[in-house]
Amino acid sequence: MKAKTADKIATGFIYAISGIVALILFAMLSFILVRGVPHLSWHFLTSPARAFEAGGGVGVQLFNSFYLLILAMVISFPIALGAAIYLNEYAKKNYFTAIVRTAIEILSSLPSVVVGLFGFLLFVVQFKLGFSILSGAIALTLFNLPLLTRSIETSLAQIPDLQREAGSALGLSRWETVLHVILPAAVPSIVTGVVLSAGRVFGEAAALIYTAGQSAPALNFGDWNPFNISSPLNPMRPAETLAVHIWKINSEGIMPDVNAVSAGASAVLIIVVLLFNFSARKLGMKLYKKLTSS
Amino acid sequence: MTNPNFEFKPASDFIREDAPERYIYNMDADKHEIAISTHDLQVFYGDNLALSEGDLEFERYKITSLIGASGSGKSTFLRSLNRMNDDVATVNGQIMYRGVDINTKNIDVYEMRRHIGMVFQRPNPFAKSIYDNITFALTQRGNYTKEQLDEIVETSLKQAALWDQVKDELNKSALALSGGQAQRLVIARALALKPDILLLDEPSSALDPISSAQVEDTLIELKNQYTIIIVTHNMQQAARISDYTAFFHLGKVIEYDLTRKIFTRPKVALTNDYISGNFG
Repeated sequence: MKAKTADKIATGFIYAISGIVALILFAMLSFILVRGVPHLSWHFLTSPARAFEAGGGVGVQLFNSFYLLILAMVISFPIALGAAIYLNEYAKKNYFTAIVRTAIEILSSLPSVVVGLFGFLLFVVQFKLGFSILSGAIALTLFNLPLLTRSIETSLAQIPDLQREAGSALGLSRWETVLHVILPAAVPSIVTGVVLSAGRVFGEAAALIYTAGQSAPALNFGDWNPFNISSPLNPMRPAETLAVHIWKINSEGIMPDVNAVSAGASAVLIIVVLLFNFSARKLGMKLYKKLTSS
Repeated sequence: MTNPNFEFKPASDFIREDAPERYIYNMDADKHEIAISTHDLQVFYGDNLALSEGDLEFERYKITSLIGASGSGKSTFLRSLNRMNDDVATVNGQIMYRGVDINTKNIDVYEMRRHIGMVFQRPNPFAKSIYDNITFALTQRGNYTKEQLDEIVETSLKQAALWDQVKDELNKSALALSGGQAQRLVIARALALKPDILLLDEPSSALDPISSAQVEDTLIELKNQYTIIIVTHNMQQAARISDYTAFFHLGKVIEYDLTRKIFTRPKVALTNDYISGNFG
């Protein structure tokens, strides 16, 4: 076979495969959106769920999802950032760092339902935190930490060593170089990674079923004192998230409009995740322009 | 294949039979002010000896070129002078600067590098504005007023012959500069710290001929105030700008002398082979 023909066949094959991937994604998205979007309304997005009658919404679940996401990010980001800076900027190749890296890889391949059950046994039962936002946030941290660490580490590794050399040649310490040269240059890509991982955390269900719980008690959105039991900010209350809600009503929902609620909730979930994904790039570019004053 | 136009030069006629194997020019301490000198410098990468017998003295306010084939140890030598090799190599021996051995544990390398600055092969401006690139390292250590900083930015950019091109866009990102401009910004950034000695590792090899010529002009201008040590692959460049030249081969200094002597009457046959293009 001529090289030219072989090249054409290979190119066509690769195009076809990429096309199939895009097509599957597009088909899934449009299926979920076409089914779900007609059920979306302001009422659906803001009112609490109803267990037995039609007309319930996902307001509480939506709020819980965001609250858990923020808490999980607040806990996991500093740890992941520190670990990534250590691994990429300071760690020498030795036995200890090899163990750390292996640990991170194993942690990242742990099934999320295992993370959830571990969180249930340790935080919910042993530490007596109960089914609570806090238990859920810690479980999500365990789930998110390895992926976020890897993503930040990759962002830092993308900054050329020339920049580090430039810093030390000017008499800056390694920490000064990391803090003022490497991190600012890496911020856009770090932010992109954080937002993308936020999308993943937002859609996570298995790690939360046994930690944040499957019930969403009514919240009093006028009460922002985190110590009150009905306050939305109370971290010790059980909090069913959107993803857990979809799983739950599909397995045991008995409201008459269960299909509509499920389709609507799925559409909301997908739309939020898509928003995260699209905004990640935009935000990264914007920050880069601002930080490098280009 | 033989090139009919290629004229093979044998080890030159004027190299005597009893030519020395090495020749190191010894500075007379009364006539020459020594800026920095090395004694018994050895550099190991792991078990691999990359540089041995590195004994050189560098005269103040002169340009010294380090030439030699790739892997001859010249960059290794240069990077050892301000301890840039600390993390990757073991450096033994003494580096004397102002009567102090700076190759010891108790030296504050960060402070030392403010006296012995370095510019690399590829321009490496920070992802900051032109102005911040120059002032950043200063403001990390000391307090300066806006006027002082403005003045330092202007002086160092003028010294690096970049002021006229960028004076109206100091707040623009340094990443938008061309290669030659970026390299001169990096030189200006090093000058802003008012170093004694400037080390340059092939500063113009990644640049086009015009930018390269501009960098050379800049270096000649700077000679009045700085001691410059430059690694270069470009023999014409070494001949054009430097006062002294050291020829490295396989991790050893083979010949060190005044540039004009090295390029007209080298004392060692190997040096002659290298500069006449017979290897390397």
